[in-house]
Amino acid sequence: MADIAFLLLIFYLVTTTMDTDKGINRKLPPFDEERVENPPPIKERNIFTVLVNSNDQLLVEDEYLQISELRAKAMEFIDNNGDGSCEHCKGYKISTSSDNPEKAVVSLQNDRGTSYGMYVKVQNELVAAYEDLRERYAQQKYGRSYRSMDEKEDKEVLKEIKLAYPQKISEAEPLNIGG
Amino acid sequence: MAVIKKKKDKSLPAVNTSALPDIVFMLLFFFMVATVMREVDLKVTVNKPLATEIQKLERKSLVTYIYAGAPRQKYQDKFGRSPRVQLNDSFASLDDIQPFVIQEREEKSEEDAAMMTMSIKADKEVKMGLITDIKLQLRKAQALKINYSSNQPKNVEALYSLEN
Repeated sequence: MADIAFLLLIFYLVTTTMDTDKGINRKLPPFDEERVENPPPIKERNIFTVLVNSNDQLLVEDEYLQISELRAKAMEFIDNNGDGSCEHCKGYKISTSSDNPEKAVVSLQNDRGTSYGMYVKVQNELVAAYEDLRERYAQQKYGRSYRSMDEKEDKEVLKEIKLAYPQKISEAEPLNIGG
Repeated sequence: MAVIKKKKDKSLPAVNTSALPDIVFMLLFFFMVATVMREVDLKVTVNKPLATEIQKLERKSLVTYIYAGAPRQKYQDKFGRSPRVQLNDSFASLDDIQPFVIQEREEKSEEDAAMMTMSIKADKEVKMGLITDIKLQLRKAQALKINYSSNQPKNVEALYSLEN
């Protein structure tokens, strides 16, 4: 009996793969044959441009940046609250940065030669910037951690938090400069 | 000398193994429950990128996988070393993605089809050109929910270091 159990045990030990699938969820824009003519104008100050070149280097708002600095920079931009309409923001109200989180758009453009690893890291930092702001907001308003909230139980609360800092990450067609 | 020899002969009492089958069974059941059979035979090397803001993919039945990476050693003679796409068990071209997605969608029930998630399992060394092409095909096939499969880094330094 024990022999058979051992045999089965070894079989399952060998065939088992423990990797649970995890990853960054994203939504792609629908595909349109015709391009939208005259897209709604967005003020320059409300766009946070992130460029990644084929050597995996970052250019953020015309400034050379390390990946480790990206999150803080993005948070500063989203949280800027230039027009003062966002009550929960703690930004510096700089006149050249975003009006409010509602209007702030993060624009990401990479090269066709950018490595996928770098792309995921940049995506990760941008998502993390939003998540950190939401976390701070949740702590402040509800005194609870946003990340530990349950999707079913706290549905309304989560919705409210997400609306406070709506995630707006737009991806432009990649460049093809450095192959 | 004789005294020492006498001591050596005195063997320890055998370990009580009567509980061993119980333990083995317990382990067996654990692995039987936890196991996920590998469905596809990976033909490309996939070294997933690192990310911290990751979410678990619930409900395996809704997930469809697209693999991208350099072909494995044994396939390199035939398919070369440049990164390729793998769907199910075989190498595929970009044009195969749309029919593949449509076929996968048809196999699912109507409400499940709307929730279908495409998991892109790509090697971190793959260039974005290929990934962009895959994404364009997915957009054309109306499969808009995607997931960039990644691993949790062990520490923050690993995430920001240049090698990864």
